[in-house]
Order: sequence, then structure tokens, then C-alpha cells
Amino acid sequence: MLDKPVETGGKKIFETPLYPYRQSPDQKPDAKVHHPVVIIGAGPIGLAAAIDLAQMDIPVVVLDENDKVSWGSRAICFAKRPLEILDRLGCGDPMVDKGVVWNVGKVFFDDRQVYDFNLLPEKGHKRPAFINLQQYYFELYLVERVFDLQRQGKPIELRGGNKLVSVKEKDNGVNLSIDTPDGPYRMDCDWLIACDGAGSPVRAMMGLDFVGRVFEDNFLIADVVMDADFPTERWFWFDPPFNRGQSALLHKQPDGVWRIDLQLGWNIDKEKEKQPENVIPRLKAMLGDDVKFELEWVSIYTFQCRRMEKFRHGHVIFAGDAAHQVSPFGARGANSGVQDTDNLCWKLKLVMDGLAPDSLLESYDVERIHGADENIMNSSRSTDFITPKSEISRIFRDAALDLSERYDFARPLVNSGRLSVPCVYDGSPLNGPDLLTDAPARTRPGAPCPDAPLGEGFLLGRLGGKFQLLAIDAEVPDRIEDGGIVAEALRISAADDPSGDLAARYLGAAKSAVYLLRPDQHVAARWPSYDEAAVKAALRTATGRA
Amino acid sequence: MAKLNTKPNIAAPDDFYADLLAIHDGLSKEESDALNARLILILANHVGDRETLAEALAAAQARN
Ligand SMILES: Cc1cc2nc3c(=O)[nH]c(=O)nc-3n(C[C@H](O)[C@H](O)[C@H](O)COP(=O)(O)OP(=O)(O)OC[C@H]3O[C@@H](n4cnc5c(N)ncnc54)[C@H](O)[C@@H]3O)c2cc1C
Repeated sequence: MLDKPVETGGKKIFETPLYPYRQSPDQKPDAKVHHPVVIIGAGPIGLAAAIDLAQMDIPVVVLDENDKVSWGSRAICFAKRPLEILDRLGCGDPMVDKGVVWNVGKVFFDDRQVYDFNLLPEKGHKRPAFINLQQYYFELYLVERVFDLQRQGKPIELRGGNKLVSVKEKDNGVNLSIDTPDGPYRMDCDWLIACDGAGSPVRAMMGLDFVGRVFEDNFLIADVVMDADFPTERWFWFDPPFNRGQSALLHKQPDGVWRIDLQLGWNIDKEKEKQPENVIPRLKAMLGDDVKFELEWVSIYTFQCRRMEKFRHGHVIFAGDAAHQVSPFGARGANSGVQDTDNLCWKLKLVMDGLAPDSLLESYDVERIHGADENIMNSSRSTDFITPKSEISRIFRDAALDLSERYDFARPLVNSGRLSVPCVYDGSPLNGPDLLTDAPARTRPGAPCPDAPLGEGFLLGRLGGKFQLLAIDAEVPDRIEDGGIVAEALRISAADDPSGDLAARYLGAAKSAVYLLRPDQHVAARWPSYDEAAVKAALRTATGRA
Repeated sequence: MAKLNTKPNIAAPDDFYADLLAIHDGLSKEESDALNARLILILANHVGDRETLAEALAAAQARN
């Protein structure tokens, strides 16, 4: 599906080997190799999982057949929730510093602009609603964080040029065969996390299903370098004169790189369409004849929405595109994959430490399948609006667009991609009681904690990585322990945030609150005040020991 | 049908019916289809309430 990068002169990050193959002592003949956790794939998801585990001192080895960052035009939009997770993983800053923040979007229909919008991000959050950043930078900063952890002596290894060729499940573990430039070797592990992408070889080797829907359409995705004064906005065209009957998107990335999506339809000659002599006239028609640009990447994709029936299969756990794939309208692929590992790693740690039963991992399936289904639903709806598949669906689509020019009411119906927001784990078996009356629904059990100003900083900077008892104008002990699992107190006051955002998000009409929070910054339970027996019970529920 | 009003509710129904047809005068099939779609969206937004809309969708689907 991906092609070679178009020659632009100097060597790009994505052409530079970052973790070249080196022989490991594991490859000695007769070596009996055993690792607690092995991750297949050093894409965004495998790297995020590895960092999370290493930060908790779980030894982890990441294998990738490649040694570079992502190949081709892939993710560009990263949402607030994954950025908050990256903060917890110690690499949010370089992403946000490099990324382009945008809030304004314009929608065009036929030959005219029908409306524009401002995302008007809610105030009182450390991170913006969205940044645009090339996937290769996203991966680069993750790799740099891995090196950082290595320098600190954390047990994390990244092996390039290591291709997984077979997987065998055994009692309480997995047996792997790996191919390298020096020939094959074997290893055992207790847990295998498969982050090997949409074409997941692990999934195929295990004969597991991956069902869903293919959208019969092709998209030309081009990243172009240009010195143009287009504003930092997201421009989306339905049925424009330069791409009749189809759609188009223009979006800014760092370094003067622009992402252009052109819908091409189903019956096309892909090889022909991606030749520069065919791509360049299309782009000129869109950008204007006098705009100078160079091609960085050109790829043609067919999009799909599908997922595995279960993400957890014994000691093999799937995450990211290997587990679920969505069409990119709405930027939910990498964004949701990072939320998978955020959900998984603390659970795996408790199970590995013998503090929680193996069945805690079943909640990874429940919670992340819920997330995947929500993402698939949203991506499918956007795709159906952008590329109507029947005459009547096109009629309604065009009606909504027509009306949007004159009437506000029609604008929310226009769907050029709904921006990724994290899902609330409603109905999760890990959720405890919600006894805080008149409190905001957005912080109910199962919800990810929304950020809020706190003193000089932000609330989320103080949360995560362990169970916590967040006490807002309430009395709690320093720590509470149950069965070896500890929740530490974080005592704050509504007065710590004069803007009132903290109170609005966590108290509502309540005067005080005690929240039990999970290591992934999701709410487990909440009460108006502390009750030891109730908190212990909720802690047991949240760790699968109820 | 708890919320959807299925009792006569339009004053001077013949006049309304004539107006409805009149806006289609001289339109091609394609233009008429587009007009109907716009009209449905405008009316649906006016109703707003999701339960009423769901009942309206079901009422339109029901055939003898
Ligand atoms: C055009 C386009 C636009 C997109 N836009 C967005 C966006 O704006 N926002 C967003 O969040 N997402 C977006 N996505 C989705 C995003 O790119 C993916 O969700 C993301 O790359 C998934 O990461 P991953 O780590 O699961 O898999 P991958 O990135 O596919 O990584 C898999 C890794 O596994 C390795 N591997 C595979 N097989 C083996 C083997 N046998 N042995 C060893 N290693 C192996 C590969 O070398 C690779 O490094 C977009 C995708 C496309 C195509």
C-alpha cells in the first residue's frame, strides 16, 4: 500500500535507521532465553506500551523487523487525551512543542465556502484539543524516550531487524521464533503484546479473525512541502471543481509540510494515479498554478473499519491497529491505540505481581472493545457522509451541505470527521459506586479525568501511575491499602483553582468529594466523603478482586 | 405513538398541500429530490426531540 518517499534531496528522519540491528546475547546458540514481556512492533503503540511498562520497572523487549520510524503518509492529528497519556509517559512536551495547534476549520461545497468553525477548546486544560504532527516525529520522540529510559537504567530493549516468524502458545507463556540478519533464534516470554499493525502477523499466525467493512474507495494521500501562506486551518471540500464528485482535505503539519487528501473513487489504476506526472496536475488544480511545492510522500489507501472479536487470547494481547482498524476520518487510529496501552499496562503489572487475578485482563477486552466500537461507529459515519454510498445518501448529504451555508442548524449534521475523544467505560465491571449526588456526569465512574487548573499547574500532572484517592475539600488518610494494593491521597481544595473549572468538573453542586482514581487516570468510584470500607470495596472492584 | 402528533394538526390542509406541490413546480426529478431532502432536514430540526423524530421515522416506515 505504501510507496517510496519522493526524492527531496537530504535524508529525512524516516530514512534514518534509529535502532539498527545489533546482535544480542540472546542469539548465542543454546541460549535459554526468557523474558517477562515481549512486544512485537515498534510503531506508536508498541513503543507506548514499552515505555509504560519500563516506567513500572517491568523488563520489556520490543522487536521490530524494521529499524526506522513510520513509512509513508500516516497519522497527523493527535488529540488531547493521548497527549495527556504521553505526559504520563514522559514525552508529551516534545510532541506539543513541535506540533501545530489549530482551531479553525472551513468547509467548502462545490465552488464556495459554506461555513467555518472554531473548535473553541474548553479552557483550563494543559493540552490543546489537537495538534498536527507527522507520525514519524511522534515515533521519533517515543524512541528518544526509550533511549532516555535506557540511560536511566530502566529495563527496556529495542531490537531492530528482528522479525517475528512464529508464535506458539504454551502453558503460561508464549514461544517465539525470530529471524535476523544473523539467522533465526528463539525466546520464551510470559506475555506477548502484539502491536504489529493492521496486517498483524501474530494475528495471522494464530489464525484469528479480523472482521469489518472495507470502504470501496481510494484516497490519494500526499504530503507536500510548500511555502504557502495558507492559514493554519483545516480545509475540507465536498465536490470541489478541482475534484468533481469527490472530496478533498488540506491540513498543515510542522516544517511547512501540508497534508492533502484527495478522494479518487473506486475504479482507478492505483499505480498510474500515484505517478508524479498524474499527482502534480491534480495538486496544481487544487492549490493554484503559482504555488510552488515539492512532494514528500504520495500514497494511495483504501480504508476499512474492523476489529478482532477479542483482544486478549491467553498470554497474547493485541493492541493498536493489530486489534482494530478505522478509516482515518476523525483521527482515531493511533489516538485510540495509545489508550489501549494506557488501559492495559497497569493491569498487566498487577497480574504479573500476583496482586490481581488473571481475570483483571478480561476488563481490558471489555473496556477497549467498547472504545473500538465507538471509534468504528464514528469513523464509519464520517466515511458514509464523505463518500455517500447510495443515491439517497448523497441527496441528504448535499442537502445538509446546502443548508449549512445559510442555517446554523445544518452545520452539526455536516460530518467531515468527528474529532477523536476518549470513551467513558460505562458499564465496566471495574466501576464502583457513584454516590456523589449532583456531580457532573463527565466525571462519573468509567470516565477519564478531565484536566483542570490546580495552583500553578494542572491536575493531571498530579495524577496517574498508581491508584489515588483524590480528596476535594474532604478528609482522607494518607494511604489506604487492600490486599497489597495501595491508593495514595491527593488532597486539594476547590479554592486551588480560582477559575472555578476544577469545581465545575469535579464537584458540580456538591460541597466536597472523594474520588478513587485508577492508574490510567480514569474514575473508579466517587463519594461525598471518605468511608474506609466503601473505598476498600471499590479498590477491590477496580482490580478485579470483588 | 406517545409524542408524535398523528391527529390532524394543519389548518387549511388543502392550502398547505397546494403550497407543498407548488414549490416543486417546474423542477426536475433531481431538483425535487434535493428540495424534499432539505425540507425534511429543516422540519426535523424544528421538531428536535429525538423521541418524536424516532416515532416519525417509524410512522413513515409503517405500511398497511
Ligand atoms: C492516511 C492515514 C492517516 C492517518 N491519520 C491518523 C491520524 O490523524 N491520527 C491517528 O491517531 N491515526 C491516524 N492514522 C492511523 C495510524 O497511522 C495508525 O493507527 C498507527 O500507525 C497504528 O500504530 P501501531 O503501532 O498499532 O501499528 P503500526 O504503526 O503499523 O506499527 C506496526 C509495527 O510492527 C512491525 N511489524 C510488523 N510485523 C512484524 C514482524 N513480523 N516482526 C517484527 N515487527 C513487525 C512493523 O515494522 C511496524 O513498525 C492514519 C493512518 C493513515 C493510513
